[in-house]
Parts: sequence; C-alpha cells; structure tokens
Amino acid sequence: MTGTEAIVPPAPPTSAQPDSAPPVRAGRVTEALLPPLVAILIALVVGDLLILTFGQSPAEVYRVLLAGTWGNAYGIGQVLYKATTLTFTGLAVALGIRAGLFNIGAEGQLAAGGFVAAVIGLLVPAATPGVVAALVCTLGAAGGGGVVGAVPGVLRARFGAHEVITTIMLNFVVLALLGWIVSAHLHVPESLHTPEIRSGAVTRLSDIFPVFHGSAANLTLLLALAAAAGVGWYLFRTRRGYELRAVGLQPDAAEYGGVDVAGVRWRALALSGALAGLGGVNFVLGYKHYYEEGFATGAGFLGIAVALVGRNNPWGVVVAALLFATLSQGGLAVNALVPKQMVEVLQAVVILAVATAVPSVRHAVRTAAAGLVRTGAKRS
Amino acid sequence: MTEPIPPLAVSSNQPRGAAALAVRMRDVAKIFGSVVANRGASLEVARGEIHALVGENGAGKSTLMRILAGTYAPNGGTVDVADASGQLRDVTGWDTGQAIDAGVGMVHQHFMLVPPLTVAENVVLGREPRNGPVLDRDAAIRAVRELSERTGLAVHADRPVAELSVGEAQRVEILKTLYRGARILILDEPTAVLSPIEVRQLWDVLRTLRAQGGTIVLITHKLDEVMDVSDTITVMRAGETVARMRTRDTSPREIARAMVGREVTLVDDLSLAATRGAGVRERGDAGVRERGGLLLELRDLRVDTPRRRSVVDGVGFGIAAGEILGIAGVEGNGQTELVEAIAGLTAVASGSIRLGGDEIGGLSVRARGDAGLSHVPEDRHRRGLVLDYSIADNLILGRQHHFGGLRLDADRILEHARQHIVEFDIRPTDPALPARALSGGNQQKIVIAREMGRDFRVLLASQPTRGVDVGAIEFIHDRIRRARDEGKAVLLVSADLAEILALSDRIAVMYGGRIAALMPRSEASAESLGPYMTGAAGERAA
Repeated sequence: MTGTEAIVPPAPPTSAQPDSAPPVRAGRVTEALLPPLVAILIALVVGDLLILTFGQSPAEVYRVLLAGTWGNAYGIGQVLYKATTLTFTGLAVALGIRAGLFNIGAEGQLAAGGFVAAVIGLLVPAATPGVVAALVCTLGAAGGGGVVGAVPGVLRARFGAHEVITTIMLNFVVLALLGWIVSAHLHVPESLHTPEIRSGAVTRLSDIFPVFHGSAANLTLLLALAAAAGVGWYLFRTRRGYELRAVGLQPDAAEYGGVDVAGVRWRALALSGALAGLGGVNFVLGYKHYYEEGFATGAGFLGIAVALVGRNNPWGVVVAALLFATLSQGGLAVNALVPKQMVEVLQAVVILAVATAVPSVRHAVRTAAAGLVRTGAKRS
Repeated sequence: MTEPIPPLAVSSNQPRGAAALAVRMRDVAKIFGSVVANRGASLEVARGEIHALVGENGAGKSTLMRILAGTYAPNGGTVDVADASGQLRDVTGWDTGQAIDAGVGMVHQHFMLVPPLTVAENVVLGREPRNGPVLDRDAAIRAVRELSERTGLAVHADRPVAELSVGEAQRVEILKTLYRGARILILDEPTAVLSPIEVRQLWDVLRTLRAQGGTIVLITHKLDEVMDVSDTITVMRAGETVARMRTRDTSPREIARAMVGREVTLVDDLSLAATRGAGVRERGDAGVRERGGLLLELRDLRVDTPRRRSVVDGVGFGIAAGEILGIAGVEGNGQTELVEAIAGLTAVASGSIRLGGDEIGGLSVRARGDAGLSHVPEDRHRRGLVLDYSIADNLILGRQHHFGGLRLDADRILEHARQHIVEFDIRPTDPALPARALSGGNQQKIVIAREMGRDFRVLLASQPTRGVDVGAIEFIHDRIRRARDEGKAVLLVSADLAEILALSDRIAVMYGGRIAALMPRSEASAESLGPYMTGAAGERAA
C-alpha cells in the first residue's frame, strides 16, 4: 500500500487509454491543493461584493476578522476550540465517505457523545482520579456516538435502508430524546443543562498558558490530532482500512475480493458515529463540564463541509476545520461592521465552490445521490 | 508510425475523385485530460462501401467515430462529410443533432432503447408520426414494417423492447438510426453480443444497405469479421491511423501486424491448426493426455436472481486436473451467474459445488480463494479491479489477509508487486500507478497476475481477453494453457467462439441456463455449436 493513491480523484472515464500512463504524480500536489484554494478565492470575491453592499471596506473587514481570530491569544484559543469539535465531526463524515457512506447524522452523534460523557461524569465517585474519569467519560462519548451511528449502519447492512435518510432522521430522534431526558430528569433548575460532572474535567489551555485566559480551548485538541492520525493510519495502513476504502470505491470489486461489504458498512458507520461522539468531549469535559441542549448546534452539519473541503483526508480535515473555525469565530469579530450571517454566506460559498470544483467531492455527492435514487426506486 | 499510409486504393483504382468520398477526416486529434485518444488520425470512406475500422482496444477507434457522429468535438484536424448531393462539406466540431440531420448515425455498443416501449415506438422516438397531438401508432408500425422489409432487419414492430433478445434489440437500434435518415451508418463492435447466425444475418443486412447506396463504417477488432464483410480497411494504433488497405489485397496476418506493430500468433491460426492436427498439440476426447481426478465438480446447480428464477437451471459437469472446459454461448444465458455462483458471489438455490472433492458451496468468497479457487471475472472494471487503487494494491485484492493481520506489510506488498509486474509483463512498471491509468490489456494482466501468480487448483476464467489487445491475448492464452499443463482445472467462459475453440479440451454450450451440449473439442466447430447456441437444436449430452 502506498497510502497516497486515494488522494487522487477519479479521472474522468476515457474511451482510450494509451499504453504510456499519464504522469499521475507530477500533478498530484497541484491537483490536491488547487481546487480548495480556488474555492476560497471565489468565496473571498463573493465576500468582497457582500461587504461592499453593506457600505464597508473589504480590506477593513478582513483585517478585523483576522485580528479577532489569529490576531490575539484569546482569538486563537477560540478558533482552536471550535476547530477541535469540527475536526471530530469532519473526520466522522470523511471516514464515512471513504466507505462510500454519507453520514449526515454527526449532529445527533455529537450530542449523544456529549450526553453520555456528562452522565458518566455525574455517576463516577467524586474521588475518582481526573485522568481515569476523563478516560472513562471519553470512551463513553465514543460509545454513545458509536451506538447512534451503528443504528443506520445495521439498517443499511440488513435492510438496505439508505444511510442518508436514516442518519438525517435519527438526528431528530436523538436530539428530541436527549432534550426530553434532560428537561424531565436531569436538568439544573432554571437551566437547560445537567449538573456539573464530579470528576474528569480536561485541562484548559489557559491553565498551562495563561495568555489564553478566557478561551475555551482545552487539551481535547490533542485528542483531535490523535484521532486524525489514527484515522489516517487506519485508512491507509491497515487491512481493515484497505477493505473499507475498496468498499467505498467499488463495492462489487470489494465483494469479489472477499470483503464482507455489509459488515464493513455498518462498522464504518459505527466508527464514524464514535468519532463524532468524541467531539462532545470538547464541550462537556473541556469547557462547561455539563451537557447542555444545543451545545454544538450546527457542528455536525458543518462537519460535512469540513470533510468535503478537506477532501476526506484526515490532515486535510484538520486544516479545513481550522478554516471553518476561523470563519465562524471571525463572524463574531466583524459583527460590528457587517452582519455575522455574512460569514455563514461565505461558508456556504466555500462549500458550493468546493462541491463543484473538486472531482472527488463531485464523485462523492453523485454516489450518494445515485444511492438515494436507487433506494427510492426499490421502495416504489 | 512504422509503415507509410498508401493512398486509398479504392479512389486510386476507380477514377471517382474526391466527390466519391462520403467521409474524409484528416489529422484529427482528441485529448481527454492527460490521455491522448487520437492524434494524426485520418479516415477516408468512399460512398457505398463497407469500411472496417480496426485496431486494438484503446487504439482510438470509438473516439474517432464519436467525433464523426458529433458526440465529441476534435482538438485538431478537419472532418468533411458528403451532403446529399455528394459534395464534401467541412463539418468539423458539429453536434449529434447536426450529424443526424446530415445523415450520419451511430449504433453504440450499449443500446439506448426504452425497454417498456414497443419496437415501433422506440424507432420513431423523437420523430414520431402524429395524428394531431398524439402518436399515430399505426403509422409508426407501418413505417417500421416497411423499413424492416426494405433492409432485411427482421423485428416485431409491436412488441416491447424489454422482451427482445439482444440480437433483435440491436436490429431495432439500427432501424432507429436508419429511420432518422442515416446514409452513413457507424456500427461500434456490433457482433459482441450476437450468435454466429445472427452475425451472418447482420452481414446480409449490411450488404443490402450497401447495395441501396448506404455507406457503412464498422468498428471491430475481430479479423474474421473484417475479412468477411468489409471492402476497405483502416487500421489504427495508439490513436493514429497506421495503415489503409483493400480487403481483397490483404490477409489477417498483415492486418494484425499493422494493429500491433509486430508479428503475432493469431487465435485462428491455432484453432485451425488444432482442427487439422497440424503441429499444434492435438487434444480432446481420446484422452491424448493423461488427466488427473476431478478438481471441480458441479451437481444440479440452480441459481435464482431477484429478477428471474432458474437463471442457472440444473447445471452439472466435472473438470479434471489438466483440463480446460470451455463454455460457449450467447451472453446472458446464465454463464455469468454460473461463474459467480462457483466463486461465491451469487447465492445458490440448490446443488453442490465441489473443489478437489470438498464441498465449497457454503464457504465465503475468501475461504474459496484459500481453498485454491482463482477467478478472473468477466468485468474487470466493476469486479476485478479497484480502479483507483495502485497496481500493487490491486495485486493483493482477495489475498489481503495474507499480507498482514492488522497492519498491512507495505514492503511485502511492494515486493510482491515488483515480482508480478516483471513476471506478467505489466506496463508501465511503476507499482504505485493507479490501475485506471493502464490500458485494458495491462489492466487485465494485473488480474491475471493476481489470480494465476499464486497457488491455485481451479481457475474460473470469464471472458479473459475481452477488450484486450491482440498482443495481450496471446500472452493470456499462453498462461491459461500453461496452467492446464501444470495440472490445474480451468473453466473458460467466453463469448468469443474462436477463443473457446482454440483453448478448450471439451466444450459445453449454455443456452437458457442449461448445458445444451457438451462435446470433445474434436467434434466441435462453429457450425456444429451454432444451433445449440440459439436453442435451435435440442439438448445433447456428452
């Protein structure tokens, strides 16, 4: 295994292929970097136009945006905090797409992970050493997200129910269920959150570097980097990863190669859910120390954008998560000049531009769409 | 380019001049991304002739014809087509609509028909005779019947296309093109799906059309077809036009040399020699060569698919060590399902599959592979390769569990790849290249290398040389024979009768999911097998 071939997007089908192969690797780097850069450039141009319509100077707005994010330690801390959650959800979606599955359920899986971590944190004896409690809570978060991910996985493997539909619908089920549990049984009076965990809090960045004072950034970001490395290793170095990518690229060839396609599918969705669930650690153990309804609303869906812009490559996901976290945090900084929704428009433009410009993304979207159509046709 | 292209024999012999040309393509180039499909391709087709465009797979024949039919615009060169008055007009870069209006129609390899609609409705689709706002069905059926009689293309005008045989569906495609007024008809590999009898009928139709003044371009890589039906031949290699000849002045050997660029052994030479017993190993019924025990044994095998019951309907046979059993038949008669059932890719309804005496019917694909079953699948793009995986990664597909438990051993995979690339002459030789970047022949060599470059006892070879160039065919046939000589059992399934006749020790014909005939090679010939392939003859036991 070379570990690099999967970054190459599928070439357009050609009717003729000469014996001398095209120089694939020479163009690999530009091929990998150019489309996202172009996408961001397009987003900037659209952003300029939007800013001008608000009567502001684009240069000034971008200056404020950068100053409010990467310009000071607090801003950097906030970007890192947001990027941590997005890395988990981005990895979750990316892993799914590598297996040919479109997991749109990261939103619910993330909430489930955070909830389980908070509940375990409530149940452990207060005297439990912090590291042990944090470890147990983290495993719980992965388990919570994993179970929510496994449900559509098993539905797909056993009944052929398309995961786009089941994962998206399960979001509502999970969020409503958690909302009911918290408001009916677990909430602190006058609030929508659970009591604080007894043990297992993750060290804040500001505890080590006081300059980050006030920001939510915490050591969960190391877990996110470890997860990215782990996903990369799993996908490109292990036998299971080899089989998972084969299922994603060509299920018929994988089946021919003795791979248990249905098994790979449900395990991939469970793993994807577990990754999204780990994102809950960032808020629950690292920031507020309790579960709160809507603690990361939108982070699951944004994970799809992060995965697409990161081209389903673990390190690409980390970079894309930083980009989206910067935009999201920057929206708050420029709020005085332009409505912060402008930044959401920018995010949308980045996604649209990437979705049209990057062949592998087009391929992923088309595959999901075709799968949906097939499922629909089977039902009717 | 090795040989100079002679001036077109037809136009130099008969003083007709440029006006007699129906098509003139000059120096055409077409590039897809980094793949050059055509460069310096030229083609001259005289009016009223059957012109064969031949070349290996990937030589750029289909691309050139799609440029002519307006599907693609060329990146360079000119395209001229004669209008109704016979005058050549520059039409470079036209679209399909303009091409159809000008009388250029192409029948593609993959049919573009609407299955629930009737033959007549399909034929007139887009140019329907109307009775006010609604389709005039009777007029459509009349028009189709009239056209059918005039051309000899026999169809049932009022039957839904979904119920037709492949051969009839193809006739509908041709009718559709003619109905739209095609004077220049392009056929892309039309015989791949036909039985020998249907092929002969098609040739009759083409000759009728030629007699009526039609011009036909036939894309093919089968040399016997070229010799049978064409007047003139253009040979392409690697996107270029390398030779042009008159059929009656040339030989299959000469065409093959132009296609490949070197001397090759033709399948026909071998099968001919085998029939005559001249020089080449004579094999077959008499047990010329000692055979071992049965390595693969099927008993009363039945396969149902979600769409159709009994696609494989009670098939049983045995293959001995050191034997090649060839299964001939028109595609779609259960061969695919039979092979996939043996390989473990399709569930078996009933019956038994034994490999070396052990029942393997209940085993997984992986376990069957480990038990010594190798499988060259018929569709390498869908089944046989993960096209975006590297050559090295493709060479371990199905064997990945032998290259590491948790972590795959990258060094061993690379070493394994290097070895197989050399032994099976896979080009280019860089193991990190994605399989997609290779030519069809080299892609197939990856599959062959993976399945035959390891210990195995039984080989399932399904259409092993489909879409593969002449040079690679020779190589693949050699490997299959060598496997047989080493005492393996080989089940060969091919739609190419010449291939079956060239390689097999015994030949079975599959029709309607059953073995319609099973005979020693010495009794088999295209003529004797033909009736079984179409179901015209009853069943015959070995």
